[in-house]
Amino acid sequence: MCTVCGCGAGETKIDGAHEHTHVHEDGTVHSHAHDHVHDGQHTHAHGDDHHHHEHRGAHDLDYGSGPAHAHVPGLSQARMVQIEQDILAKNNGYAMANRQHFDAHGIFALNLVSSPGSGKTTLLVKTIELLKGTVAINVVEGDQQTANDAERIRATGVQAVQINTGKGCHLDGHMVGHAVQRLQPADESLFLIENVGNLVCPAAFDLGEHHKVAILSVTEGEDKPLKYPDMFAAADLMLLNKTDLLPYLSFDVARAIGYALRVNPRLQVIQTSATSGEGLDQWLAWLETRLETTRKSLAQR
Amino acid sequence: MSLAEGVLQLVEETARREQAHRVKLVVLEIGQLASVEAEALRFCFEAVSRDSMAQGAALEIVSVPGSGWCMLCADTVPMQERYGVCPTCGSYGLTATAGMEMRVREIEIE
Repeated sequence: MCTVCGCGAGETKIDGAHEHTHVHEDGTVHSHAHDHVHDGQHTHAHGDDHHHHEHRGAHDLDYGSGPAHAHVPGLSQARMVQIEQDILAKNNGYAMANRQHFDAHGIFALNLVSSPGSGKTTLLVKTIELLKGTVAINVVEGDQQTANDAERIRATGVQAVQINTGKGCHLDGHMVGHAVQRLQPADESLFLIENVGNLVCPAAFDLGEHHKVAILSVTEGEDKPLKYPDMFAAADLMLLNKTDLLPYLSFDVARAIGYALRVNPRLQVIQTSATSGEGLDQWLAWLETRLETTRKSLAQR
Repeated sequence: MSLAEGVLQLVEETARREQAHRVKLVVLEIGQLASVEAEALRFCFEAVSRDSMAQGAALEIVSVPGSGWCMLCADTVPMQERYGVCPTCGSYGLTATAGMEMRVREIEIE
């Protein structure tokens, strides 16, 4: 988790626009980007819950509620308050709102996760080129810095938003909510989120996607699924990428897949190469089946 | 760091609702399988709580032991690591049932 890498929030940029934080008079802190376009009507895709503040009527000064059950001058009125809430509850709330939005519009959303350099963007560009014309596609690109990836995606002709996480090492539900608002994806479209290249923290942060797709390239170690198990356990599909390079490497495909299945027995695996085109038909078939299911469930609503 | 911020957010919301002026103690439940380093979380919490109501609050981390369900043994067994092996039969088909918690249990305020 981020407790180890020490990544921080507060430096997030969406397409270069800084997010900033203010503190309301009642002490509530919330952050948003400078360049919100709201057109008068407020259509946040995500739960909106940072705009609501909980108030509990007029508070009495109840000195009897302290541990002493009485007010004695000089005696501390310290008291325990039960919270019992998940630390990630806030993020899960935003993710849930994103998922509801996707479902209500028949949008099929994927969260693509991997280490840096596994070939995510190249694979994405190839996928878009093959799918373009059959389905509307929107892409969210997450990186610490630069808009290079979003530009590569835009070069294919589809809409993309770049989120720069600054010192942060993962996308979260709130950022993706803003990206959805910005992109306004059409009904029955495909929504692809390329997470920050990191196999650790993105596993814990739900974005509201339907599936996480982990990409492992054959230039990495076979034991990566064992070294970073959380991500492979959270994913539903693993793309074993850059298979065109296998003749030049000592990578053991069966062992890598074995390790991944040990961590996640339900994991599906497809071997792909964006360069040679190997496995892309299987990957597209996987996508199309699920796009179709999402469309059907929208029709049944 | 994001986790520490999540903790602070929950703590501050509660403390504000209860009209407290200071948070003295924060009790967290962290499962042994949740991949959270208690010491790193302590360090980060101290950093993010500076200049907040929770500045200087003691952080108590209750560790919840991991356990899982083994399909083959049809039994609950202790788990040391998330994708660990069953101590009874040696299989890998364990489903974690406890030890994944990351919760704020309670706080002491005044």
